Amino acid sequence: MAALTPISRKPVSFYVPVVAAAGGIAGLFVGTAQGSGLLGIVIGAALLAVLAFAMTQMTDNEKPMRWGLMALFVLAGGLLAGPGGLILGLGFGWFFGWFTYWLYEGRYRAKLVPYLTPMQVLWHYTFRIICGAILVFLITPILVVMPLSFNAQDFFTFTPEMLRFDPAGYSLKHYRDFFTNDDWQQALRNSVMIAPVATLLSVSFGTLAAIGLSAEHVPFRRAIMAVLISPMIVPLIISAAGMYFFYSRIGLQGTYFGVVLAHAALGIPFVIITVTATLVGFDRSLTRASANMGADPVTTFFKVQMPLILPGVISGGLFAFITSFDEVVVVLFVGSAGQKTLPWQMFTGLREQISPTILAVATILVVISIGLLTTVELLRRRSERLRGMSPS
Amino acid sequence: MKLTKIFLASTALAFAAGAVAAEDMTIVSWGGAYSKSQLKAYHEPYMEKTGVNIINDESSAEAVAKLRAMNEAGNVTWDVVDVVAADAMRLCDEGLALEIDPDTQLAPAPDGTSAKDDFGDLLVSDCFIPQIVYSTTFGYRTDLVGDTPPDNICDVFDLEKYPGKRSLEKRPVNNVEWALICDGVPADEVYDVLETEEGQDRALAKLDTIKDSVIWWSAGADTPQLLADGEVVMGSTYNGRLFSLIVEQKQPVAMLWDYQVFDLDGWIIPAGLSEERQKRALDYIYFATDTQRLADQAKYISYGPARKSSAPLVGKHADLGIDMAPHMPTDPANSKTAVLYNFEFWADYRDDLDAKFQAWLAK
Repeated sequence: MAALTPISRKPVSFYVPVVAAAGGIAGLFVGTAQGSGLLGIVIGAALLAVLAFAMTQMTDNEKPMRWGLMALFVLAGGLLAGPGGLILGLGFGWFFGWFTYWLYEGRYRAKLVPYLTPMQVLWHYTFRIICGAILVFLITPILVVMPLSFNAQDFFTFTPEMLRFDPAGYSLKHYRDFFTNDDWQQALRNSVMIAPVATLLSVSFGTLAAIGLSAEHVPFRRAIMAVLISPMIVPLIISAAGMYFFYSRIGLQGTYFGVVLAHAALGIPFVIITVTATLVGFDRSLTRASANMGADPVTTFFKVQMPLILPGVISGGLFAFITSFDEVVVVLFVGSAGQKTLPWQMFTGLREQISPTILAVATILVVISIGLLTTVELLRRRSERLRGMSPS
Repeated sequence: MKLTKIFLASTALAFAAGAVAAEDMTIVSWGGAYSKSQLKAYHEPYMEKTGVNIINDESSAEAVAKLRAMNEAGNVTWDVVDVVAADAMRLCDEGLALEIDPDTQLAPAPDGTSAKDDFGDLLVSDCFIPQIVYSTTFGYRTDLVGDTPPDNICDVFDLEKYPGKRSLEKRPVNNVEWALICDGVPADEVYDVLETEEGQDRALAKLDTIKDSVIWWSAGADTPQLLADGEVVMGSTYNGRLFSLIVEQKQPVAMLWDYQVFDLDGWIIPAGLSEERQKRALDYIYFATDTQRLADQAKYISYGPARKSSAPLVGKHADLGIDMAPHMPTDPANSKTAVLYNFEFWADYRDDLDAKFQAWLAK
């Protein structure tokens, strides 16, 4: 985007305090890691204030000053904290160099419309920082897990070797353990056997139910809908205990089929909700047109209706799959040791022996989930493109 | 159409699995290294001998609740269950476990001593077949305690000599006994004092002196993790966990055996099994608790065998080749001041003291 607003240099009284404040925040993190947060704030703020002032006032030449700042931070980081500090220093150096000139030259206004008041500009950036902070908050637990899964030790600990980026601190042994340990492999097999079948059942029943319930002549539609989506509303542990006693009586407790049925029951509400939502946009005259041309209802469903509501069916199926694949409460009740799924194995593993194999599995699952979601999204876009709709 | 095929195939598989279930036997235990030691010492030889397929369920932590639920649902799916002695007593009282006659249903020692005499005092309940003696004891970071490592239980309460955090179990059991001993109560009078209101307050007052420096744990894996992190200077946990931390993971940690508290872990057979399954469970128990089998388990984990006749047979660790005897809680050098968990006292006072302890924690 081209610049919208002409920019001009800002006075020292504006950018030096702001840079100092940012330096204080960075100092808080570094200082806390070293043992004194307060001292970190003071040193960070003072240091950055002096540096910002020096950089902008000494010469007009931006590039060398920024490179110089980066070199300075990298050097300081390396001296203070070894190889880990080098990378941290590089990040800090780049950021503060950019930040100082961004403020000093007034670049922060360049891409905003000219009539904004200073408060609106401030809010514009505060809003972005808040959004970023929320994203960081959501994703940090997942990001922490990944490097820890390469730990060479059997604990959930960032060892000094890991922080120094010493290759000896890292290993693939937890991944090896996952792929060679019978317990984990059996759990993986069970999960892979249970989830797709449960998904298939949820999708078939859920789609049929959604289509039926969206037809206007069906009596008690709301009541039936409420019953069907109740597994989503009732606390899981209650459903699980109820299923346990019910399945025990009819001989399904502790069987493969029992777990599949229980997971299908949990998945059906997701399919019903997503398919019902897609059906709202479905034009019923298409089915009448199809019937008019001699197609029976089944052909109409597969040739006309299904392709159009497919995105809803697929995303419902995805939710149903993930529900089954992630589920630990119901399987603890309804399953027996022979149906131990991955989440169950992770749950007992976490309680009995905090082993990083769990982290390795978690990392693999996260990667698979990302792959799965990306594939589905790409396929969806492709099919919409082929049908001449614009991807939304 | 392909999906239909997969569906049919998996359904068929499920039924096939159901058909062979008659030969399966579900044994419930604690998981981790402990289950592994049972697998090696008991399950594998038993499967080889009889052809029965043993399925390991790691649900001992919730065994009491689950057995109650199974009993209520009339569908007991477990054949043999590994529980601590206190749980076995509760299950026995509630009629959820089968009573065992040690003289006819358990193997005698090789020299002909009856099982009853061989287990001796450890047969604490009619339904319980003891398997191991484990202890709750302390480990400390050797690099954080200076030149004079702790050798006395009261060092746990000495914040001046050993500053830093310690981890203790989040329940009164053991903690109040240690507190009283370090408050000057002779070891043999601890329970007399604890029976009184003032005695209980005295124990909590002693714990108060270190309350700010305590990290409370609830799973056996917590203290090893905290010690490995250097988060705590010392902490209590089960001795087998510390053994693995020190010997297998090679962490700078050492044992403090003073006033370790012995507890028992063993088997029960759930009540209400079909005759055929009960017979098989009894056959398994007879096999798995004989002198040699109990001694074999000590090759894989540092818990002491419950039979007197097994002690001389304890050999070297199966993978590491080190002598296991010095790592046993029951070794004479380690057990000079050891005490056995007081089942009677805690059966009577557990609920009261738990409530009091939780209230104290929240203060």
